Amino acid sequence: MPTRVNQAGGEVARPSLKATSPRYGEKLIKAFLFLCAGLSVLVTTAIVISLLVPTVDFFSEVSLTEFLFGTEWQPGRGTQTSYGVLPIVVGTLNITVIALIVAIPVGLLSAFYLSEYANPRLRRIVKPVLEVLAGIPTVAIGLFALYFMKPFFADLLPWVDLDGLFSQGVAGVAVGVMIVPLVASVAEDAMRAVPPGLREGAFALGATKLRVTRKVVFPAAISGIVAACVLAASRAIGETMVVLIAAGASPKLVGPWEFGESVLTMTAYIGRTATGDIATGTITYKTIFAVGTLLFFMTLIMNLISIRLVRRFREVYE
Amino acid sequence: MTTNSPDAPAGGRTSVEAALKPASGAQRAARETVFELRNVSVFYGRQKAVNDVSMDIYRNTITALIGPSGCGKSTLLRSLNRMNDLIPGARVEGKVLYQGADVYSPQVNPVQVRKKIGMVFQRPNPFPKSIYDNVAFGPRTVGMKGDMDEIVERALRGAALWDDVKDRLKDNAYGMSGGQQQRLCIARAIATEPDVILMDEPCSALDPVSTGRIEDLMLQLKERFTIVVVTHNMQQAARVSDMTAFLMVQVGADEHSRWGELVEYDETNKIFTNPSDERTDNYISGRIG
Repeated sequence: MPTRVNQAGGEVARPSLKATSPRYGEKLIKAFLFLCAGLSVLVTTAIVISLLVPTVDFFSEVSLTEFLFGTEWQPGRGTQTSYGVLPIVVGTLNITVIALIVAIPVGLLSAFYLSEYANPRLRRIVKPVLEVLAGIPTVAIGLFALYFMKPFFADLLPWVDLDGLFSQGVAGVAVGVMIVPLVASVAEDAMRAVPPGLREGAFALGATKLRVTRKVVFPAAISGIVAACVLAASRAIGETMVVLIAAGASPKLVGPWEFGESVLTMTAYIGRTATGDIATGTITYKTIFAVGTLLFFMTLIMNLISIRLVRRFREVYE
Repeated sequence: MTTNSPDAPAGGRTSVEAALKPASGAQRAARETVFELRNVSVFYGRQKAVNDVSMDIYRNTITALIGPSGCGKSTLLRSLNRMNDLIPGARVEGKVLYQGADVYSPQVNPVQVRKKIGMVFQRPNPFPKSIYDNVAFGPRTVGMKGDMDEIVERALRGAALWDDVKDRLKDNAYGMSGGQQQRLCIARAIATEPDVILMDEPCSALDPVSTGRIEDLMLQLKERFTIVVVTHNMQQAARVSDMTAFLMVQVGADEHSRWGELVEYDETNKIFTNPSDERTDNYISGRIG
C-alpha cells in the first residue's frame, strides 16, 4: 500500500477501494428499460403479423395479379365483385400528390422565414401556434373542407367542374393545409440546428440573407428537410378522416389534375368498411386487411427510399 | 482619408487621456489610415459592451487587440464589418470610418462592407462542402469574373494550403485537420480579394504547430492586406503585430454593468517594452488578467 509522509512526519495509510454490495437496483432498472424497448418492437411485429394472416387468407380467394393490376374495385357482396386495387391506390396517390404540392412549398418557405428571417420574438410566438395547429382534430378539418373550402373553390375556380359534393382536389388541399405546420415545424428545427458559425462565415463573405439561406443553411439542413417531407407524405397517405368526409367514395382511375373528381382512397375504404356489423372471416373482412398490408408496404418502401436520399445528399458538419 | 503624423500614432486620440502620451519613439513612414474609429461604443440591448473607443488602423499592418476576456475586443472587431448587425439588439454609436466613409451610414449596405472586409473566426467554420466549393463560395457570391479554377488556386496558394490539397479539391472540407480548416477559411476570405481581413482569435482552437503556420501566413498576408486580429495570447500579439491595442474591463458603479474600454494603443514594441499605462504594464507582465 502506498504511503505518504504527512506534515507532522508520520506515515498516513491511504485506504484503497472498499468492497460494496452488488448493485441489484441498477440491474433491475436496466432489465425494466430493456423490457420497455423490447415491447415496442414486439407490438410492431404483432401488428404486421395480424395484418398478414388475413391477407394470406385473402389471396387464397383472389389472385395477386387480379388484386394488383385489376382496374375495377367492387369488393364484397353481389355478383359483380372485382378486386382490382389500382383505383383506390391511385385515389390515395392523388390525394397525397395534391396535399404535398400545397404542404411542401408553403411549409418549407414558412420554415425559411421562421428560421432565418423572423425576429426571435415573433418566432417564439409563431412556433407554438404552429404546433397547436398541428393538433386540430382531422374530423374538424374534413368538415371545414366540405362546408367551407368546397364552396370557396367553386367560386374561386369557376372553370373547374365542382358540381358534386365531393372532390379529390378539395380534400387534397385540405390534407395539405393540415400538414403545413408539420412540415414547417420539422424543417425549421433542422435549419435551426445548423451551426450559427456557418451562417456567420457566409455573411462575412458578403452573402445576402437569401444566398446564405439557399446555399448554406438549406444544404446543411437537407437531411432534416427531406425527413419533414417524408413525414408529410406519410401523413397524407395515411390520412383517413378528411378524405372519408370530403373526397367521396367512387373508386375511379383519374389523374390528380382532375380537381373536381370524387375518389376513394385506401384509407377511406378501410374506414368506411370496417364498421361494427362486418362479419369476421368473410371476404370483405379479409379485403380490409389486404388493403392495409399494401398500405403498409407502400409507406415502408417510401421510407426506405427517403433514407437513401438523405444519405446521398446529406452535408455532414462536424 | 487621413494620414497620421509619424510621431503620434493614434495614442493621443483614445479617451483615456490621462493614460496616454504620444509615443515619441515611433519612427515609421507616413501611414495610410484604413479605419478611423471615433468614440465608438457598442451596445447589446441596454448593456454597453464597448465604451468610447477611438483609434486609427493602418494599411498593410497587423493590428492586435488584446485584453482579458469580456473586455469587448471581439465585439469591437465585429463592429468593423457590421457583423454585430446579425445579433438582434446590437447597436453601434460613434463613427467607424472605412477609407473616410461611414460604415454605419444608412446608405451603406452591410453586404458591401463585408465584401471589402473579410473575416476569419475563432473556430474554423468551413461549409460542409468540398474544399473547392468552400473557396469558390465568396467569388461566386461577389460575382468575380475570370477562371474560377485559377481564382481558387490563387487563394489556396495565398493561404499556403495549395500543396496540401491540390489533389483532393473535391473532398469534403471536414476531412481536413483543424489547422488546415482554419487556413481554408483564410483562403476563403482572401479569395474575394478584400481589403481588410479581421481575425477573431484565429488560433485559439489550434495546436502550436498550426498556430505557427497561421502566424507565418499572417506575416505574408500583410503585404497584400490590412489585418486586425483579436487574440488572448499576448505572445502572439508580440510576435506578429505592428500595432497593439490593449482593452480592459471596467465595472460600473452599480457593480453589475461591465464594459470594455481602450486603455492604450501604440506600436507593439512600445506596448510590450515600455507601456505608458500602469494597467497595460500589469497585464503584460501577468500581474492582472
